Amino acid sequence: MRVDSFAFLPRSFRPLFEKPPRLPDHAAPVFAPFEKRLAEAKVALLTSAGLFVSATQASFDGEREKREPTWGDPSWRAIPCDVTTAELGMMHLHLNAADVLADHDIALPTTVLAELVRDGVVGSSVSRHISVMGFQQAGLEVWRKETAPEIAAALRDEGADGVVLAPA
Amino acid sequence: MPVLARELESRGLPTVVVTPMPDGAEHLLAPRVVGVEFPFGHAFGRPGDRATQRRVLETALTVLAGAAAPGTRVDLDLAWPEPRGVAYKSWQPAEPSPIVAMMLAAQKK
Repeated sequence: MRVDSFAFLPRSFRPLFEKPPRLPDHAAPVFAPFEKRLAEAKVALLTSAGLFVSATQASFDGEREKREPTWGDPSWRAIPCDVTTAELGMMHLHLNAADVLADHDIALPTTVLAELVRDGVVGSSVSRHISVMGFQQAGLEVWRKETAPEIAAALRDEGADGVVLAPA
Repeated sequence: MPVLARELESRGLPTVVVTPMPDGAEHLLAPRVVGVEFPFGHAFGRPGDRATQRRVLETALTVLAGAAAPGTRVDLDLAWPEPRGVAYKSWQPAEPSPIVAMMLAAQKK
């Protein structure tokens, strides 16, 4: 079975996403081998749904994106592994947020990962997962040159052995 | 997201991307890709559907840990339970995103 990548997209979007241009320095394969058994590994999750902890973190900047439609907020947030859906806010102007705010596991499955750790399928979870806001156009270079290294350093500090990324 | 996956991978962190657009992720050379034919914003399934969420995450972890080479892609054989026309509309925001609004305005000119 082959997934239809355009099943839920307006037809007019297809030419934009069918063969997106590769960045010049992203033209060759890259691969970091996964060294451990999963049952002994520490796993991190990363969502691009624009989630943040409402009580303690600033929202992603949707107001600037409204003024500058090609700009997307390139910052990131650390999300505690035991976060509850009620504690989360979401800023993503390209999505209906209702389902994610009803159950954040559809975008950042912290509860499911905790179950897999309890069941011995996965060794452990990082204490803080990662959230970004996925629309990046004018902000892409900042995302690559500043945000990505910061996230990599944070995950390395946590001892992550691998990352599951899910676009929103 | 494939761009971010590659940036992390190039810094030694193995990654897997769970995406409704596996063709694009594959084209952008994300090292490991799991395709789901789900609406945007629902990479792991519907709210409250723990069984599907777990199946998707377990598949992603199997690919993360087991892929032997870059360019590994696994598509999940899971059908979205709502009619396509309903799901097509319900994931989209009430108002067009700023960039879509800008493109629509440009088309009208």
